Amino acid sequence: MAFTRQDVDYIAKLARITLSDDEQKNFTRQLDSILEYVNKLNELDTDSVEPTAHILPVQNVFREDEVKPCADSKLAVEQSPELRDGLFIVPPVIE
Amino acid sequence: MEFEPVIGLEVHVQLNTKSKLFCSCATVFGAEPNTQVCPVCLGHPGVLPVMNRKALEYAVLCGLALNCSISRFSKFDRKNYFYPDLPKNYQVSQFDKPFCYNGFVTIHVDGKDKRIGVTRAHLEEDAGKLLHSDAGAGSGVDFNRTGIPLLEIVSEPDISSPEEAYAYLTALKSIIGYLDISDCNMEEGSLRCDANVSIRPKGQKEFGVKAEIKNMNSFRGVLKAVSYEIDRQTEVLLCGGKVVQETRLWDADKNMTFSMRSKEEAHDYRYFPEPDLVPVVLTEANIEEIRKYLPELPSARMKRFVMDYGITEYDAEVLTGDKKLADYYEDCTRLFNDYKSISNWIQSELLRELNDRKLPVTASSVCPKKLTDMLRLIQNGTISGKIAKTVFAQMFETGKDADTIIKEKGLVQISDPDELKKIIADVIDSNGSIVDDYKGGKEKSFMFLVGQVMKATKGKANPQVVNQMLKDAIG
Repeated sequence: MAFTRQDVDYIAKLARITLSDDEQKNFTRQLDSILEYVNKLNELDTDSVEPTAHILPVQNVFREDEVKPCADSKLAVEQSPELRDGLFIVPPVIE
Repeated sequence: MEFEPVIGLEVHVQLNTKSKLFCSCATVFGAEPNTQVCPVCLGHPGVLPVMNRKALEYAVLCGLALNCSISRFSKFDRKNYFYPDLPKNYQVSQFDKPFCYNGFVTIHVDGKDKRIGVTRAHLEEDAGKLLHSDAGAGSGVDFNRTGIPLLEIVSEPDISSPEEAYAYLTALKSIIGYLDISDCNMEEGSLRCDANVSIRPKGQKEFGVKAEIKNMNSFRGVLKAVSYEIDRQTEVLLCGGKVVQETRLWDADKNMTFSMRSKEEAHDYRYFPEPDLVPVVLTEANIEEIRKYLPELPSARMKRFVMDYGITEYDAEVLTGDKKLADYYEDCTRLFNDYKSISNWIQSELLRELNDRKLPVTASSVCPKKLTDMLRLIQNGTISGKIAKTVFAQMFETGKDADTIIKEKGLVQISDPDELKKIIADVIDSNGSIVDDYKGGKEKSFMFLVGQVMKATKGKANPQVVNQMLKDAIG
């Protein structure tokens, strides 16, 4: 298993984070050893094992289609760093 | 070289549930920005989404109507990407276990039936709305739409012309309208459509390179955008160029598609099972329970209309395209037995008045009883078909019934020979030369004389009676 610096760069880019040189080195080494450990699972024959969709033995949890006003709605919106006319303001998006 | 287009459509239908897919916020269109939101749909940490049961029922119902297989086991997955209209930085969608798969929609084009495969139909949450400010001071986001249930219906690349794409959308909209699970209004965004278009040399098995076309906001727009794209790709290939795989936006003002020219970022959505939502397991009994709500669908109703009412396939298709219109027609058939005449009047006069005012048939001021009462007055000779058009327009305008309008305006047809005798004699006297022309074999002159009688009676004379009396008088 060879997890490279390019892999770390790619993941960092997808996550929109910037890494320092040291961080890149560290993460490459750490992630490589983690993946190598997990890779042990590949030694098992899992052909007859269903992929796990959920870790809890629970299914079919529903709510009825009813509108319930949320008491914290306003408070939740006010967490925005910038609001104008009720809108969340974000850096300009050009399409 | 001759090319053939290969088209697949992705249609997003907003389901008309009262509350959102994973929280109890309202889904009303046009509310003040960010007033129908809560910590769940805003993606705050630590919240727990719970699935709306109705959204599941609607998805399964739609799947059954589209002849799909229904998954016994389904789950939700996170589709990860960054965009300001997506508060969680992932969209809850379905990746490998959609609720519905492997169905088809039958379309009628050029008098032929064709099946368009439906690859899958899955549930996902809608994103927010971005509002761009002109000042460049940033964009505004309204999250009211975030979390409203969307059913994404993906077709197989079975569509081979812009007309077929249009017919597929029309058929889909009609079916969904019958199920009453969405408003299907493309202008308001409750139905959205993206098109994958490619072309290949006729007879070749492999697909060509496709472009994904977005930003169409009407069925006509889809028709035009797909046509344009086929022509564009054909020209590229004929000039020795290569079609590039890309997303293109339709510009309805310029009637062209444009490359999005976004930075070429590999889409890597890193789907993984949504740990906050548990899987959905459906039994045969669950599915059969939902199947009970499946109404008679447009194509079946169309065939029944042809059988039961003896109208043409074309007429039946127009009438059954919209469930409410088909209901209106059937209500009429229970009150009056000239089915063909009812069909004609609905398609010409009624639909014209409704379309002029952009009204749905349910808002018609002329109800089935009023329409059929009027048709009966034509049948028994009280008014002529021509006068009836005036009467109908008045009925629609005022909401009054035909009897009242006929009495108020004195529009009763004159069929009594005694009343017509004097008028006919006068017309013959004052048009001696024309009467001679007719006698000399000029058939057209006869119609002129009929016209003169109609004029003298302000159109109220019964044409059949006038014809007969004139013939008797000069023939």
